[in-house]
Amino acid sequence: MDQSNKDHALLAAQFNEDEPRVNWHDETLWWVRSKRDKAAHALPEWEQLREVASQIKHNVLSNLNEYLLQFEEKARANGVIVHWAADAKEHNEIVYALLHQNGISRIVKSKSMLTEECHLNSYLEQQGIEVTDTDLGERIVQLANEPPSHIVLPCIHKKKEEIGELFHEHLGTPAGNSDPKFLANAARLNLREKFLTRRAAMTGVNFAIAETGEFVVCTNEGNADMGAHLADVHIACMGIEKIVPQRNHLSVFLRLLARSATGQPITTYSSHFKKPRKGQEMHIVLVDNGRSVQLGRADFRNALKCIRCGACMNTCPVYRRSGGHSYHTAIAGPIGSILAPNLDMRKYADLPFASTLCGSCSNVCPVKIDIHDQLYKWRQVLVKEGYAPAAKKMAMRGMTFTLSRPGAYQFAGKAGRWVMDKMPFIVNNKLNPWYKQREMPEPPKQSFGEWYKKNRKEV
Amino acid sequence: MNSREKILAAVKNNQPAQSKLPEVRSFLKPGTEVLEKYINVLTAIGGVANVVNSYAEIENIVRQEYKEAQRIISLCNELPMPGGKEKYADPHELETVDLAIMNAQFGVAENAAVWVTDDMLPQRVLPFITQQLAVIINRNDIVPTMHHAYERIGDSDYGFGVFIAGPSKTADIEQSLVLGAHGPKTMRVFIL
Amino acid sequence: MTVALFIPCYIDQFYPQVAIATLQVLEKAGVTVVYPPKQTCCGQPMANSGFEHLTGSCNELFVKNFTGFDYIVCPSGSCTLHVKQHLHDAENEKEAEFIRTHVYELTEFLTDIVQVEQWDARFPHKVGMHQSCHGQRGLKLSQMSELVAEPFSKPDKLLKMVEGLEIVELSRPDECCGFGGTFCVTEESVSVKMGKDRVDDHLNHGVEYIIGGDMSCLMHMEGILRRQKSKVQVKHIAEILNSH
Repeated sequence: MDQSNKDHALLAAQFNEDEPRVNWHDETLWWVRSKRDKAAHALPEWEQLREVASQIKHNVLSNLNEYLLQFEEKARANGVIVHWAADAKEHNEIVYALLHQNGISRIVKSKSMLTEECHLNSYLEQQGIEVTDTDLGERIVQLANEPPSHIVLPCIHKKKEEIGELFHEHLGTPAGNSDPKFLANAARLNLREKFLTRRAAMTGVNFAIAETGEFVVCTNEGNADMGAHLADVHIACMGIEKIVPQRNHLSVFLRLLARSATGQPITTYSSHFKKPRKGQEMHIVLVDNGRSVQLGRADFRNALKCIRCGACMNTCPVYRRSGGHSYHTAIAGPIGSILAPNLDMRKYADLPFASTLCGSCSNVCPVKIDIHDQLYKWRQVLVKEGYAPAAKKMAMRGMTFTLSRPGAYQFAGKAGRWVMDKMPFIVNNKLNPWYKQREMPEPPKQSFGEWYKKNRKEV
Repeated sequence: MNSREKILAAVKNNQPAQSKLPEVRSFLKPGTEVLEKYINVLTAIGGVANVVNSYAEIENIVRQEYKEAQRIISLCNELPMPGGKEKYADPHELETVDLAIMNAQFGVAENAAVWVTDDMLPQRVLPFITQQLAVIINRNDIVPTMHHAYERIGDSDYGFGVFIAGPSKTADIEQSLVLGAHGPKTMRVFIL
Repeated sequence: MTVALFIPCYIDQFYPQVAIATLQVLEKAGVTVVYPPKQTCCGQPMANSGFEHLTGSCNELFVKNFTGFDYIVCPSGSCTLHVKQHLHDAENEKEAEFIRTHVYELTEFLTDIVQVEQWDARFPHKVGMHQSCHGQRGLKLSQMSELVAEPFSKPDKLLKMVEGLEIVELSRPDECCGFGGTFCVTEESVSVKMGKDRVDDHLNHGVEYIIGGDMSCLMHMEGILRRQKSKVQVKHIAEILNSH
């Protein structure tokens, strides 16, 4: 689905045409947020853990060059083949070359937001490679020919009846059956056959350990392991920021990750891949794709601390009421809105404005990314770089003129209130977005300034 | 310059001033009852805990609870089952396993996970491909938190290691929890 | 102690009664209050829209208006936060810094500086308290539901002194109302939906009034209530503290 040149406000307005569905979406995600709260509040040391995690990640950013070299050296010594990709294109080409040289045309893939970011699936399909996403949620959106709408809950925007229909069409389940248990079992049977027959498996990477060269993949379904341990070739793709220095640091991140994401104390599987099994090829692709540039942007580099838990999405009152697709980028929600402009300011100029700056995202973030402050800062950068609509620029200049001149301000205020009182139709119409679903405030006869002058003359 | 050199140069050039690594503390509350905690958490995440005193007891429970299981692989010397000690050169041979019984190195009370490494497995895929999973841990091998878990793992070497916490699960369809996604549909932990 | 009263532009123009109540509450607290008459706006509407670089002249005017007082007090968490975080004036940076560190939102001024322990007010109604995000998460006027930390609330501390007042417990005590400055028009549909949901939470708990420390949030919710022809009204916390 092409979502380029789209605008969050417009897509969100479309999403809001079906209000009961918005309510359902909001409540489902609020429930996940509530589970997160419960898990976090069960650990008195929660805030300290967040601080430690944030500091570890800060150390990673400040030594990333050395850690990457250390990781590469250790991984190679472990028998893993390490590749480097400067951008999405190179990443995709490396993956394809590996498959091509092994004569493989069908693969299974577990969840990897990086491959979404790189649009790997469509690239491989163009090369004649069949990709089967094996995370249930990702499989569902793949069958629906849609991108995931959430990084942890890819098909959270879909109702079970719609999933039942998709499965009926693609997997031959009986029409009208939308029982989650039944559907999940149908997918289990269907995907088991794929796991058993595909010779290459791709996985993402949650954490890569510099001191040991191992990498950790977290899933609840077991799909990453089913793929990787049955395949002859395991390709793991990771952004260069996924490094953590030491194995024991995993204790901090694994305590935070699942609790923040879904309220679970840990994901069902936390798999530590260190060496390929006998006879297997194991590859790691280290991908930059704009990360090193973001590392140089002092105001925005903290976003690279993200461990992809999705808590900021679940808590975001805007995300819950606009849906993941309204962000028209691989990673939706607050974190996506501060990552995407780094890749393409023009295309994603709308995203930092898709927020009320309420700050809830920064409070739930397990690595304490200053998300809402970065949203504010991106707004300043985008406007300075010329990505503000012309009408907004005019309005802001006019506002500056008025608000920096007390006389002009007092006159404009009085004139405005007079107009609202005598000719309400000028503001109370469809062209005023405020008035569409809200009444305007009733204009008082006098401002406070005027009242003060009359009543407190002595000052 | 190739991509590797380009990326490393850009990273080196753009990374912020050095910052220190923080100390990772264990945050342990005194008086934490690890066994009780372990059992409660395992039950909450869809697993089953059996506190047992002998292998004979385990054998009894296995016989009662897994009557339908046709192919059982036991990796535990004290619970001999046909096929348990065989070398499986190809992981695909494990496709039809109904029940796998294995030892784990230790359990973690705060999340009910058990730690299993590949030196204990005929094939890495076994704990995932089996329809049902049963794990045996020693009662004294339950640590309170993940901090203690990694202390225990230390710098030990393995090709593959995994924390397993409960049966495989998904909530991808409308957040309805379904046990048995791609891996085992059940997980039982025998605490000996 | 002389305090300069900083009245946000939309309160000045649309809700003068809130400014009057603020003035009278401060006077009742025994504070000498001065209203600098040439004040306009803190510049937040521009800054939050990405035009902070255009706020220079606004800032200069603000520093000119509010220099020379012990404290600056404002009946808005949002405007206070903006001044605290973004007020700069290259020519008069020392004065700007003084203002940044001495500007207070009304309720925190009463609890932290005046240290009010008793208050004479009466408002015998069932109300829902709307916490503005900038007041709560920005100025930390009350504990946030996301954090694992001791609960507290500066506005509640004052409201508990008001005779007859009943504060309901909301299902989502600190969810944003969706006003968000220019967000309320640029993202009209989401803004309104957020506002409707916030209003519903209050209505479902049977409130007579929705009260709060930020008139901008209340203006947004009032617009929705009035469109729904609801009898429920909005009131600023200053009006409650000034009621008898």
